[in-house]
Amino acid sequence: MSTIKVMERRAFLKYTFGAGALILGTHVESWASDADKAAFHPDVFVGIQPTGEVIIVAHRSEMGTGSKSTLPMVVADELDADWKRVRVEQAIGDEKYGSQNTDGSCSIRDFVAIMKIAGATARTMLETAAAQKWNVPAGECKAQLGYIVHAKSGKKAGFGELAAAAAKLPVPDKATLKFKPESEYRYVNKNVPNVDQLDIIEGRGTFGMDAKMPGMLVASIEHSPVYGGKMASFDAVEAKKVAGVRDVIVLDPFKPPHNFQPLGGVAVLADHTWAALQGRKKLKVEWDLGPNASYDSDRYREQLLATAKQPGKVVRNQGDVEAGFASAAKIHEASYSTPLLSHAPMETPAAVAEFKNGKVVCHAATQNPQAVQETVAGALGIDKKDVTCHVTLLGGGFGRKSKPDYVAEAALLSKKTGKPVKVVWSREDDIRNDFYHSTAGMYMKAGLDASGKPTTWLHRSAFPSIGTTFDDKAEYAMELEMGMGWNDLPYDIPNHRAENGPAKNHIRIGWLRAVANVYHAFAIHSFTDELAHLAGKDPIEYTLGLLGPGRKIEMKPVGMNYWNHNQKQSDFPVDTARMRNVIDLVAQKSGWANRKASKGHGWGFAAHRSFLTYVAVVTEVEVDDRGRLTIPNMHIAVDAGQTYNRDRVISQFEGAATFGTSIAMMSEISVKDGKVQQSNFHNYQVARMPESPRNTHIHLINSKELAAGVGEPGVPPVPPSIANAIFAATGKRVRDLPMRKTKLV
Amino acid sequence: MVQLKVNGVTRKFEGDPEMPLLWYLRDMLEMTGTKYGCGMGLCGACTVHVDGKAVRSCQTTMANAAGKSVVTIEGLKGQHPLQKAWMAASVPQCGYCQSGQIMQAASLLKEHAKPTDAQIDEAMQGNICRCGTYGRIRSAIKTAAGVKA
Repeated sequence: MSTIKVMERRAFLKYTFGAGALILGTHVESWASDADKAAFHPDVFVGIQPTGEVIIVAHRSEMGTGSKSTLPMVVADELDADWKRVRVEQAIGDEKYGSQNTDGSCSIRDFVAIMKIAGATARTMLETAAAQKWNVPAGECKAQLGYIVHAKSGKKAGFGELAAAAAKLPVPDKATLKFKPESEYRYVNKNVPNVDQLDIIEGRGTFGMDAKMPGMLVASIEHSPVYGGKMASFDAVEAKKVAGVRDVIVLDPFKPPHNFQPLGGVAVLADHTWAALQGRKKLKVEWDLGPNASYDSDRYREQLLATAKQPGKVVRNQGDVEAGFASAAKIHEASYSTPLLSHAPMETPAAVAEFKNGKVVCHAATQNPQAVQETVAGALGIDKKDVTCHVTLLGGGFGRKSKPDYVAEAALLSKKTGKPVKVVWSREDDIRNDFYHSTAGMYMKAGLDASGKPTTWLHRSAFPSIGTTFDDKAEYAMELEMGMGWNDLPYDIPNHRAENGPAKNHIRIGWLRAVANVYHAFAIHSFTDELAHLAGKDPIEYTLGLLGPGRKIEMKPVGMNYWNHNQKQSDFPVDTARMRNVIDLVAQKSGWANRKASKGHGWGFAAHRSFLTYVAVVTEVEVDDRGRLTIPNMHIAVDAGQTYNRDRVISQFEGAATFGTSIAMMSEISVKDGKVQQSNFHNYQVARMPESPRNTHIHLINSKELAAGVGEPGVPPVPPSIANAIFAATGKRVRDLPMRKTKLV
Repeated sequence: MVQLKVNGVTRKFEGDPEMPLLWYLRDMLEMTGTKYGCGMGLCGACTVHVDGKAVRSCQTTMANAAGKSVVTIEGLKGQHPLQKAWMAASVPQCGYCQSGQIMQAASLLKEHAKPTDAQIDEAMQGNICRCGTYGRIRSAIKTAAGVKA
């Protein structure tokens, strides 16, 4: 799985290691092609300076999940380094690190094993170096907080003193490595603050918006108000009169499919941000709006709902659904819909880039610095190896900052001006020209037996696919979208079919925190609640009945593989025992059995597996006589496998409670005549403190299973838990998001 | 010409008096702790104190700030009880909004040394956090104020 080598100092040029440093490069072979295996591409670095300072490279982006700190903590713990003497360095974009695309809730899952190996290897080499120095058995030397200690003789040497000797030793075979038991961890799961926390609290953290280069211009760019529109003409006379404005430059439109290309438009470049924004206001641009100028999102949503009522492409089929419906005692059907959403991270897209001598250096708030390299290289016609991407802190990402169109804009403008250029998207640019979370229509149908339990289940969805990013003709969902809660519903129902209908796209669609799980979970878990009430059963007991006994289910979709977040089902099976476990826990912790709804006060439940993690939510809502909703309590029970930074895991689920509340209650992007109707936080609403759950209670299972996802899986069950609580409180079944559009009294 | 004090230091500004204080702080003084989030006074990321009260620096022109004393997150120097409470509670996730949250909360505590939940809601509802750290913000404010969680 991995090889580790001692590195030459010059191979680690970015950092100034002194002579006599021990530097280890770790290579995870599973990422390399066969042809590549002969070469050594170190993915992860651990370096020990002669001074004793330990440098650990963080190759994943920090946008609030804590992965920049957590992975190095695992290294430091295995090494038994003194965290106070550890410096975490953010990696530049480079394929040698393996994937740096910080999305999909996989930083810990995919990289924790290699971090343990890296730390244990360095420790073992230092212990061996000490043993040779003191002429004692290596097994008697132990690392302890930055030192190697020989207890019998009382000898002690700092890591720095031993680094030069350790660097000359052969790298131990990983099969011989001994790993620490969890009980000996000093940092893992011990509530150690993130490495950037103090800087952030004191206002010193450097985000993409804060990055600068000497002599840079700041650019504000007018993009087409309609997706795919092209600039017809522009008048920059007034814009150029604004003090501080230096230039107005046209950027070519993208060529379909849009991928991560810049949209194209007209850029106003100025000495500082305010001048660029003022110049932009004076710019007059006429657009040829193109074929998407008739796009109307309300009408489109109706079309999606109509499509979902028609037979679609089958993506899962068990038993005989037609026969099941024919023999059912009762049929229940319902349709659900969800709108387009914008990511709206607090930091709008921003990056600074300089093109010089055929090469680009940039500083960007990006979730994916390797995509920056590829996108910038593609836009400028240079080799991606000639693009150096420094990763800043991200002021939120949620998937938006996986797509580096804004970084390529900065690089293109630098090439055109011969100066470094910082591109700053205004909030209006961000809301109107996002890669939107898809709008979806879903049709649900259940055939019930006399007791109200389904013998037959059919669900169909229709939504424009993320696949349109890469193939503008795509009309059906990708395997990964179907694998997000649609063809993997673990209900124990003999006749079971999942389908997906076609949807042509008219806007940029992208992935937003939890992606397709969001609308799938809303439909499935709202519908399950409907069936429970129809049957006169308690929704949690009813759901447990649908899940059936605890067991591992092998998913067998039709026409595609089961995505399972790119993991083998043998490693990460769909396990109803784990789902039942989180449901039992949330029921117990929330006092579910004693929670009786009354007028204007109700409790709702939903449970969903996504990103290989099992999450159950119980939400309490109060609806006052004016229909105003508050959420006094939300309980979230989680089995995310083993955790490595318990407090940060808890904080991600706290955050998901708020993010899910925004989606459930208020957020919506609507489009008329091809133009996004929202522009800023007054009309693109997100949850503020009073609207957010007042008390969020996270109940984390102390799981020994493999580490699974954390950043995203909290979100999907939140909206249906709120919808189900609203039904309990008011008798109103809200089937279309956002719920603020439905009068609750 | 506009003259003002920023974190105790007297500054002179000769540019457009309509420039928001936000961009003066960020682009002219290179004090980037104060953040841009919306440019319309809707999100609170740019909150600073002008003569001791929380204002949105994106809505405060340089002309408005003339003769006034401005304090930014940098001016708290890490010594404010809220900053210590923020550290202890590990409030930030991405951290981008937190300068504004802290400056808003600092203004709240000047007005209400022992704020109630309703006063916290009222004072903090203009500050958006997309990561959803509101629960920890509330509890850190209470810790700093010495009131029960």
